[in-house]
Amino acid sequence: MSNHLKDIILKIWRQNGPKDTGHFETYKVDEISDEASFLEMLDYLNEQLITDGKEAIVFDHDCREGICGTCSLMINGQAHGPERSTATCQLHMRKFSSGAEIVIEPWRAAAFPIIKDLMVDRSAFDRIIESGGFITSVTGGAPDANLIPIPKPVADSAMDSAECIGCGACVAACPNGAANLFTSAKIAHLNLLPQGQAERYKRAESMIEKMDEYFGSCTNHGECEAACPKEISIDVIALANADYRKAKLKNRKFISRI
Amino acid sequence: MSTQLNSKIPAGPLGDKWSSYKEDVKLVNPNNKRKFKVIVVGTGLAGASAAATLAELGYQVDAFTFHDSPRRAHSIAAQGGINAAKNYQGDGDSVHRLFHDTIKGGDFRAREANVHRLAEVSVNIIDQMVAQGVPFAREYGGLLDNRSFGGAQVSRTFYARGQTGQQLLLGAYQQLARQVGLGGVRLFNRSELVDVVTVEGRAAGIVVRDLITGEVTSHAAHAVVLATGGYGNAFFLSTNAMSCNVTAAWRAHRKGAYFANPCYTQIHPTCIPQSDEFQSKLTLMSESLRNDGRVWVPKNQDEKRSAADIPEEDRDYYLERLYPSYGNLAPRDISSRAAKRAVDKGLGVGPLKNGVYLDFADAIARLGKDVVKERYGNLFDMYERIAGENPYDMPMRMYPASHYTMGGLWVDYELMTSIPGLYAAGEANFSDHGANRLGASALMQGLADGYFVLPYTIGNYLAPMLNKAIPSVDHPEFKAAELAARERFTGYLNIGGTRSPDWFHREVGKIIWDYCGMERTEQGLEKALSELPALYDEFKKDLRVTGNGESLNQTLEKAGRVDDFFQLGMLMCRDALERQESCGGHFRAEYQTEEGEALRDDDKFCHVAAWEWSGDPMTAKRNIEELEFENVHLATRSYK
Ligand SMILES: Cc1cc2nc3c(=O)[nH]c(=O)nc-3n(C[C@H](O)[C@H](O)[C@H](O)COP(=O)(O)OP(=O)(O)OC[C@H]3O[C@@H](n4cnc5c(N)ncnc54)[C@H](O)[C@@H]3O)c2cc1C
Ligand code: SF4
Ligand code: FES
Repeated sequence: MSNHLKDIILKIWRQNGPKDTGHFETYKVDEISDEASFLEMLDYLNEQLITDGKEAIVFDHDCREGICGTCSLMINGQAHGPERSTATCQLHMRKFSSGAEIVIEPWRAAAFPIIKDLMVDRSAFDRIIESGGFITSVTGGAPDANLIPIPKPVADSAMDSAECIGCGACVAACPNGAANLFTSAKIAHLNLLPQGQAERYKRAESMIEKMDEYFGSCTNHGECEAACPKEISIDVIALANADYRKAKLKNRKFISRI
Repeated sequence: MSTQLNSKIPAGPLGDKWSSYKEDVKLVNPNNKRKFKVIVVGTGLAGASAAATLAELGYQVDAFTFHDSPRRAHSIAAQGGINAAKNYQGDGDSVHRLFHDTIKGGDFRAREANVHRLAEVSVNIIDQMVAQGVPFAREYGGLLDNRSFGGAQVSRTFYARGQTGQQLLLGAYQQLARQVGLGGVRLFNRSELVDVVTVEGRAAGIVVRDLITGEVTSHAAHAVVLATGGYGNAFFLSTNAMSCNVTAAWRAHRKGAYFANPCYTQIHPTCIPQSDEFQSKLTLMSESLRNDGRVWVPKNQDEKRSAADIPEEDRDYYLERLYPSYGNLAPRDISSRAAKRAVDKGLGVGPLKNGVYLDFADAIARLGKDVVKERYGNLFDMYERIAGENPYDMPMRMYPASHYTMGGLWVDYELMTSIPGLYAAGEANFSDHGANRLGASALMQGLADGYFVLPYTIGNYLAPMLNKAIPSVDHPEFKAAELAARERFTGYLNIGGTRSPDWFHREVGKIIWDYCGMERTEQGLEKALSELPALYDEFKKDLRVTGNGESLNQTLEKAGRVDDFFQLGMLMCRDALERQESCGGHFRAEYQTEEGEALRDDDKFCHVAAWEWSGDPMTAKRNIEELEFENVHLATRSYK
């Protein structure tokens, strides 16, 4: 049966637009069911704000099933909050207790400018994919899908990397604001598969260089892995770096044979 | 008098229609393609695949989405899988069988020619997606694995763990991103279509609101594709993502596009039951769970024991009992109604007695926990996060919820709406699923439309327009539409009432759910049709939107969407009222067999209802397209 939490204090970042300096505001939620999700608690607060004639707090969200990667909150200094491998939208109030004080901030990273309140612009991720995060395959020309058998372990590890939801928690958690976990997850997904071999080195090179235009550099803190709601392993970074180094070798023709 | 609609189905035997269409279709010379501009609204499976392929062919494409990135579209949330008639399992599948299953699953209310084409191209989709790097599940030998889904007796569903939609969308998104990088597609994110513009009876472009700045602008093109998803959120609580809405399709409808079969909505049998009044959405648990999970309720209304302590003889595995040959894999509409009946009889389980059990104890005993974990691990984890119970030890609790909408913009065989040059693809159109969609067929349809159908059919429209200029965005039709959109949004801000858009959404959703949900009656629908306009009047007088129109304002976005849900809701109820039969997801209590199954009336209702805007949904005009069945026998659907 559901229990009710009382007197939750929320310190929420309000910022009226990209140019505004922003500040924290304190709100109180008198009572909320512990069955409610964290975002439902914010919905409830927003309803109250609207009823009081105040502007609702802007935050990004959509699927509320942990798969679209839209939600993005720093909760008490942790990207996506206290529950491991759980996106903000899957976090429930039963993880908190009455009287809790919760600080809610947007992702903070140079490459993710704040749009308003808790919402940031993550389009730099799209730019990285556009630079090479694909396999070129013109519609209609594909051979029968079973012509290329892929060993199950290979398909499984490609899938492990492909699970990335593009949320940006790894960037937000990183002291350098690096996007290596996101970028490497995509590189690993495609570079592990036989279909991805033709563009393997070019892909690693373009994506990593595009990433460097926007994001800080990786110094192996490992905070990204801990924050990732999909448990993307930091091993993918080593894999992507190895491919990048090979791509940088002069004799690319030779390399493409090994 | 109602107008008879021309669906432009090619002549010839069913199996040859699509190939002969492709042979006869007008082509645009490769060098001329860049002279044409096409707008694609929506970047889900249907939109992303269409935009990428059209750009690949050489057309100039402008793609719009209200999301921050194409990768967020609701397609990402599909869990279970995608069908294709590959017959990789050698279990007797074929294009014809997939065609037949889809027609029957749709309760004989879909167009034969469209469905056959869908089954034909299904095999190309899998090839295409594998070539793009979609990591579908594989057998140890390295070949692709399949599972079975409701309404089929073969294993034809391809999947990528419980995240098939995610992996397919990432595949299509990556092809789209490639074209953005190459300059073939211009991408407009956080941009919401707020109107469709026609000039001289043809689609000329769209009016868009920039969600960050509130600015309203016009965009013109030779053709416009709407791939803007379904309207399941009309019910407020649904498994759809929070921002799914009907605005694009509805605004097109108001400009002359017919809206077909709005009452055909799908209620999915396996969703986590509502737990409290704050609930903002419901979570689907993939139908694939019914491959191994067994559905049951206690036989006794006063059952107090926990699930594990209830002995076999006190359990009713009602799907296995009622539908022995399909058992737990009975189609969605049938399974949903069976669950509703059990709960209505007071046999529901859980603290609010609002669910039925989906039990894996037998599967765990038979296959071992590891195998069950491998198959469904992430779904089990998701359930535990939401419901706070561990499904390895306790059966899951499930209840039906709004999930998918078979109705949508009316389109002909070429996916063109009743407005020349305006196309609708994916869940936004009504085309292939009749009155009920089979599991794993929406992803198939979205990708079929975008990759394999539109790229051919659009050329047929564009070819004769070579060197015809696009209307200017200064054309009075664009200016008038921009002005109307600005006034509409300022209007919401100026009402200054007392209730939020969410409050109204919840109320309108409740009316639609109560009277136009799983079971409908004449009396209920009439009640809804008197309550909805009254509530809509209140909306127009008592809405409160805080903030302003010049910066990002989610309350204002929501107001526009709820406005359109109100109008659609009225049309849904009218459509349900006029369709005096039961078929698929549309169950009218007055029309049922002695066993409580849907009773069709093929003499009177073997047609598509395509509604024409008249200025008010309450007076919209009902046109019909007769459905002709030449290749399948109109039978009473039986899953016994
Ligand atoms: C939880 C869940 C699970 C599912 N599982 C399966 C499954 O296993 N198998 C299966 O086959 N089907 C499944 N479905 C159904 C399937 O996912 C959808 O029907 C399908 O993905 C719809 O794709 P689409 O491209 O038509 O639309 P969507 O993916 O909904 O995309 C709509 C796009 O349109 C844009 N848009 C909408 N309106 C506007 C506007 N006004 N202005 C600008 N842009 C706009 C959005 O931004 C988005 O990009 C599932 C559905 C749900 C809810
Ligand atoms: S790697 Fe993890 S944290 Fe980073 S974007 Fe992907 S899912 Fe989010
Ligand atoms: S809202 Fe989609 S992942 Fe959180």
